[in-house]
Order: sequence, then structure tokens, then C-alpha cells
Amino acid sequence: MINSKHSTEEYSPPQNVILDICDLHKYFVGKDKTTTHALHGISLQALRGQVTGLVGVDGAGKTTLIRIATGLLLPSSGSVKVLGLDSVADTLEIQSLIGYMPQKFGLYQDLTVVENMALYADLQGVPPKERAEKYARLLTMTDLQKYTKRRAGALSGGMKQKLGLACALIKSPALLLLDEPTVGVDPVSRRELWKIVYELVKKEGIGVIVSTAYMDEAERCDHVIALHQGEILAEGTPQDFIKRMHDRVYTVSPTADDKVRQIYTRLATHQNVVDTTIRAGKVRIVLKTSNQNAAVLFEDDRLQVQPVEPSFEDAFTAMIPAAAHDFQPDGIKPENRQASGTESEVVIDIRKLQKNFGHFAAVNNLNFSVRRGEIFGLLGPNGAGKSTTFRMLCGLLPASSGDISVAGYNLHRSRARARSRLGYMAQQFSLYGQLSVRENLRFFGKAYGLSAKHLHQRIEWAYAEFGLEEWQNKAAGMLPGGYKQRLAMAAALLHEPEILFLDEPTSGVDLFARREFWLRINSFAEQGVTVVVTTHFMEEAEYCDRMLIMSQGETLAIGTPTDIRTLACTAENPQPTMDDAFIALAEGTISTSSMAQNQRQFGGAR
Amino acid sequence: MLILRRILALVVKEFLLILKDKKSRFIVIGPPLIQFIVFGYAATYDLENVRYAILDESRSTLSRQLLNGIDGTGIFRLTGDLVSQDQIAAFIDSEKARLVIHIGADFEERLRQAETTSIQVIADGRNPNVALIALGYVNTIVQQFNQDLVQQGLATSGSPKLQLVDRAWFNGNLQSRWFIVSALGGIISMVVVMILTSLSVAREREFGTFDQLLVAPFTPAEILLGKSLPGMTFGLLNALIFSAAAVLWFHVPFRGTVVALVVALLCFIMTQVGIGLLISSLSMTMQQGLLGAFIFIMPAVILSGFATPIENMPHWLQQANMLNPVRYIIIALRSIFLQGADLAMVWPHLWPLLLMAAITLPLAAWLFRARSI
Repeated sequence: MINSKHSTEEYSPPQNVILDICDLHKYFVGKDKTTTHALHGISLQALRGQVTGLVGVDGAGKTTLIRIATGLLLPSSGSVKVLGLDSVADTLEIQSLIGYMPQKFGLYQDLTVVENMALYADLQGVPPKERAEKYARLLTMTDLQKYTKRRAGALSGGMKQKLGLACALIKSPALLLLDEPTVGVDPVSRRELWKIVYELVKKEGIGVIVSTAYMDEAERCDHVIALHQGEILAEGTPQDFIKRMHDRVYTVSPTADDKVRQIYTRLATHQNVVDTTIRAGKVRIVLKTSNQNAAVLFEDDRLQVQPVEPSFEDAFTAMIPAAAHDFQPDGIKPENRQASGTESEVVIDIRKLQKNFGHFAAVNNLNFSVRRGEIFGLLGPNGAGKSTTFRMLCGLLPASSGDISVAGYNLHRSRARARSRLGYMAQQFSLYGQLSVRENLRFFGKAYGLSAKHLHQRIEWAYAEFGLEEWQNKAAGMLPGGYKQRLAMAAALLHEPEILFLDEPTSGVDLFARREFWLRINSFAEQGVTVVVTTHFMEEAEYCDRMLIMSQGETLAIGTPTDIRTLACTAENPQPTMDDAFIALAEGTISTSSMAQNQRQFGGAR
Repeated sequence: MLILRRILALVVKEFLLILKDKKSRFIVIGPPLIQFIVFGYAATYDLENVRYAILDESRSTLSRQLLNGIDGTGIFRLTGDLVSQDQIAAFIDSEKARLVIHIGADFEERLRQAETTSIQVIADGRNPNVALIALGYVNTIVQQFNQDLVQQGLATSGSPKLQLVDRAWFNGNLQSRWFIVSALGGIISMVVVMILTSLSVAREREFGTFDQLLVAPFTPAEILLGKSLPGMTFGLLNALIFSAAAVLWFHVPFRGTVVALVVALLCFIMTQVGIGLLISSLSMTMQQGLLGAFIFIMPAVILSGFATPIENMPHWLQQANMLNPVRYIIIALRSIFLQGADLAMVWPHLWPLLLMAAITLPLAAWLFRARSI
């Protein structure tokens, strides 16, 4: 069924079609007269009572497609019919019938939850009589009843998204369009949001079109359309996609000689492998072609492979043309720069760390330590205190009490020179947007006092390692998202820091940029660089050697990924994912007392 | 060497950021030019083109002689020759005339009989400044007319026993343009410096790059230096260019020493950089920074004596004004331009500025790190 765009018609009566797009093209003409083909001959249909998922990497055209369906953008050519109405001629009518939630929903931060809803009810012209009942229903659905008087700006990320959804639903739309509704939202809120969407589809029979960067979400859609560079690569049910992956997905278990991370780095460059990840303590690989006898391929490497059930994610990564994941970590050679110190040396030591803002404890009694060459993850939902902890470690924020030792210093108090040993990459890839790639690199290099010759070498290294050479004269602000991340990372690594602090380095970049990122981080750690990283992608925790899960300033758990997953082991769910473990921890299903075995480890909880 | 390289990198980056950004480039050139033109041409107290009307019921030789005197000044422009008293109100109300001069029917008769007579001048009090100055002019003209009468033998010179001969120093013709334009360099540099510096830290905070500076091995003093130099440079350049333009374009005299001018401007700009960076360090967004700058600029200029005399303000406000840096530079600039002051003469106005810089600059540097959240 894959690649047959008209197959949907076989099982759907036409009156059920709520979005009908035929040969849609969209061009953008830039300032310098260059034309960008955002959408290239798209034809698709979406049905009532179904969730249609749009998946694709950055620049695939997901947002453009959704905005055209809402009538906010005009098609360059082709026809778009929404609920039987033409998107160009009947824009206003369409807009009164649909609900649309853009990536950043326009909530008024200084209005309360209810005031925001009232405002959207006014804008949508909802009759006053219907409102009370509607608010009550939406607030119950989104579980926001307790927060009706709270300012929208004071809500957590997940609650903001739910409120945005409530506002988009205020007029009971026949078609709901959601553009990456769960980006930056923690697993608990993510699950709740999807529950709301599915209930709507089931009870009210509306149609939902959702673009997503999360493959597990795509897997739950009724119908998935995979976009790449403005064209449809394939469409069908998630099962259609997964079926193709038979005998292509395997896992490799670590052995006494080979740590997971080493196997992972090795297999990433293997000629028969298109995708490598670490999942549940094992290396998961996707082969280029089906092979029932995969074990033969890896005999030379003396690796034991085990076939596993493919997922939608495997299908998606295998489908995207190779150019999108071109990164080969062969540019990284172990230089053994960190000759000083041994692997067991404790580089970061945090004792009884406390941070209060007024009466509010943003971080409460935090203890942990990190050894040289470790990848240490700080995980938790928005507002858990990750960033606050992070900023205290880097010396950007003074601690209220407790001891911080980073490479032997408390960086908030130490002399400026002590900071030259760490590299820092901020959440929003902090670069000077007006300066060119080269100027940014030169500035950060000189800031750390690199000599002219050394700086030249390091910039050459950065160009080669991050593929930045062709962009060197481009203003950093004009780079595509993935390249911004690369440049920010290059800038943080230019002075060869011993310790690398990365704050949400993978938010806002696509799947392949994330894959590439972790492969790099992995090889830096192999060279002895200590990495402290925050993320809200739970599956990324698998790449960490050890991790700390926080919620509301408290330590929920600390340990290796296996330790954490084991915690969530139950009879019903013998092989929990990191998401499951996090949700169980956050909801308190697992008591912290079951952490006893971890307390013997470094730091320990409490 | 290494430290110098680092600081140099920081300074170069700050200059690049301003020069590469279209909006910042405009700030350095646009507002100063606009201010120079607006203040140079539009801001003047000297009246020109005052519309007036006459109601001459006398229609005599002498009444015409008086009215010719008014017409001859070139300050007044006749907009109406009225015939009845009823028309006066309408002319003033509709602003067709700011002044109406009413000469009675018995004007010449009484003068010829050596009696005292009076003329009525009605002024539009809605703008008291214009009314007062215009009335002053009319008064002068009437006095002149009286002297003419004595010469013509129509009156005895008994009345004015004491005659005032006034002479203004430093600005012989009391041109208000000299008064305004001589101090303009200070105001222009202030706006440039305040906008540039108040945005500088706030912009980096908003884009997150300030954290990158703070985790790099820069000391607060080094960051302060990097942040100060562009503001100082562009502020001083602007002030000097427009001071030169004041002399060359508006022909304001420059009687003092160039050294005094440069030193005075430097002291003032340092204070401005300190205040601007202080505001910027306190702001989390560029919007807050810019707003803060304007909240400072508005009262500072109004209280500075740039446009209205400080002596007119209530005593407590005059005392508070001692904290206003703009006040000092305005006095210093006027004495340099018009009075011919050298460095020693303006020094009493400069050390308070240096004192303010010595407080605000380190405070801003301290806030770089302390204000971080």
C-alpha cells in the first residue's frame, strides 16, 4: 500500500473526505530572488474520524502544508478542498469550521486560563449561552480545572499546550489541525494530550491532521504521510510501513569486551547499517536491505545479533534518502588529550545543592557526582529544575546552599581562568546571529585565548568535523536549525574543554540531527571529555552512562539507564521503555525507597 | 598578550555587532542628524512671522507712523485690517492673529494737544511665551515712537529720566539658536550612547549569548570594557561632528579650547555609558532596556537646562538636579562655546560626571553576573 497515493479511495466513501489536496505546489521567493520549492506536487486525502499524521525531517513541508490547509497560505498551484470548500475562495468559511494549533499557540501570557478561553470564544464568535458548558467540558478534558485563575505565562510547558488545544477546540471544529503539538512537552503531558485528541476523534468523529517529530506518536496515527523535501515519500497505515521492515531490524547486546557505546560507534559506520541507536541497553540497528541471515554480516566484528520487532521509527529512518544522514564520525580520532587523570576520577561533585527563589525551592537537596569521560544526563519535565541546576554548575547562578565542585572549582566564585576548562552550549544555540560562521568561531576561539596558529587549526577542524566550510561566510542567524546546532557545538568545543555542558541540545532539531548529535557526543566521551547534558527526550537518556531524573526540584531517581528502567519493571510490562519509567516515577507509582540499591552508587538519591 | 588578544576579540565583536546590524547603524547616524536639524532650525525662541491685525479708528498720520514702526521690524505679519471692535474676538479665536492692536479715534488729537493717550494691545494668551515676547517687542516699538514724538516736538522729554542701555554678553543679539545649538553635541551623543549601551547587554541576554560570555574566561571588567568602547567611540564621534557642524553650518562661535571640549564630552559620555549599561544589565529584554533608557532620557533632558532655565525650577528640584549628568555637560558646553572656557574653567562641572561614572560603571559590571537568572 506504500507509495500508492490513491489507495485511500478504495476504503473511503467520498463524503468522509475532509481534506482533499490535488497536485499542490508551493514556492517561496526569497529576498535574493531564489525560489524555494516548499511543496512539490502533493496529492492527499484525510478522512473524518481519523488521525492523519504528517512526518518528516526539518524542511519537509509539514508546516507549509498545514498552513495552506488553514487558508493562511495560498497555494502556488493545485487545488485544496477543506470540508468540501475551496481553500482560496472560501477561506473565511473554512476558518470558522476548523481548529488550528500552530507550533507556538498564541496564548496571552498575562491573561488567566479562563480569560484566554473567553478571548478565543469571542474571536470565534461562540454564543454566550453555550460557553459555560463548553468551558467546563474543555477544562475537564484538559485537566486544567484547578488552574483557571492562573496566568497562562505561569503554566508549565505541557499545560500551556493543553490550554492551546482547549482554545483551538472552543468552537467544536469539524477538522482539527495540529502542528507539532508536543514539542518540548514532557512524556506525561504528551500522553495526556494524545488521549484528548483520540477521545475527540472517537466521540465526536472529527478529523485530525497532526504533524509530529515523535515517531512513537506517528505510530499511533490511523494514517501516516511521510514527507521529504516537499514530496510524499510514502503513505499508509503505520502497519504498512512497519511490514516492509521485516528482517531488517536487529539488536546487539554488549559483551564483556565491548561496552554498548563502543559497539554503537562502530556500527554507526558499518556499510550494511542505515540507522544505529541505543535502546534498552542494547544497540539497535536497521539494515540497508532485508537479510534473514544478518548474523553473517557481523561475523567479522564478532557481534551477536538478535532479530527484533521493527517500529515505525525504523521504517521512517530507513526511508529517508541517505543524504539526510550523511554524518560519519570518522573525523574523530582518539587524540588522548586527556592524558592526565584516570577514568575513575570524579570531575563534578555536587553535595546538598539547594536553590530557593523566595519560598520556592527550585532545586532541593541535590546530590550527584560525575566521573571523567562519563555522559551524565539531567532529565525531567519543564520546570523540574534542570536548567537551574545546570546554570549553577556552570557558575551562571549562585547556589543558595550546598557544595559545587566542577573540576575542583565552584565556578560562580572562582577566577575567570577556571572557566576555560569547560565548554557550554546553551538551550537556544546562542550565537551572534549577525556575525558569520567564521566570525562566530573566531570570536569564541579568541575568547578562550587560543593562539593565532592554534585557532586556525581548530577552525579548520570545526569546518571539517561539522561540515561548516561551505557556510563559513553565512550569517549564523540565517543557518538552518541543524547547522545552528552544529555551529553552537563547534563553538563550545573549539578550546577543547574537559567538561562539556549541553542544555537541551536536541530540542528543535530533527531526528537525523539528533542521531548525529549523539554519535558525536559519544565519540567525545570516548576521548575522555566529560559530558553533562539535559534533555526532555526520554529515549535519549539511553545514550547516557548515568542519569538523574528530576521533578519539581526533587530527585526522582539516579542511576544507569538499566537501573532506571528496571525500576519500572512490572508483571504487565516486563520491558518498560524510558518513557514508561519516567511516567511511573513522575506519577509516584514507584516509590523512591525502591532506589535503595542506587544509593550505593555515586551520589545516590537523597 | 593573551589577555590583550581576548579583550581585543571582545571589542572587535562589539563593533562588528553594531556595524553589521542595519538598525544599529541607523541609530548611530539617523537620530543625531534628525536632532541636529530639528533643534538647529525649529527650536528657537526668537519670534518671526507673528500674525497681527489692526483696528485703527484714528486713521491719522501719527497712527500710521506707529503702525509703520511695527511693520518695519520684520517680526510681525499683518493679517487683517479691522473696522469694528466686534471682529477682534473672531480674529484671535481663529488664530488668524496672535495680536490685535487697537488705536482709538482720538489718538492723534490727544497727542497733538500734548495729552497722554494709550493704545490697546490684545494678545492670544494660549501660548504665553509668544504673547509675552510679542508684547515685549510692541513695548519697545512704542518707546521708540515716544522718542520720535519728542524729536518731532510733539512731546516733552520729561517722562523717562532714567534710560536703560542693555548689552548682552557672549551672545550679543541674544540669538536662541546659539543657546540651543552650542549644547546640542551633548544631547546628541547622549541619545546615541544611551540607545547603544542600553541595548547591548539586554540584546545578548535575550539571545542567550550573554551566558556564553559569562562562562568564557572573561572577567566582568573585561566585558565592561568591551561593552563601553563602541558607545564611547560612536558617542564622541557624533558629538564632535555635530559640534563642528554647529560652528560651520549655524555659525555658532567656538571661543573655548578643543581640549576642553573633548575632555568634557569624554567625561559626560563615560557617565552615559555607565548609566546605559546599568539599565541594560537590569533588563532581561531589549524592550525593557530601551524603555529604561527613555525613562532616563526624558526627565534628564527637561531638567538639564537645555531648553528651560534651571533657575525657574523649585528649590528642591534644583537640588535633585545636582544628580543629573546632563545638567553639567550643558553648562560646560555653553561655557566652552560661548564664553571661551578652557579645561580649568569647566573642571568644576566635570568632576561630578567622573564621580557618577566611577559609581555606575563598576555597578553595571557587578550586575552582569549578579542579575543572571
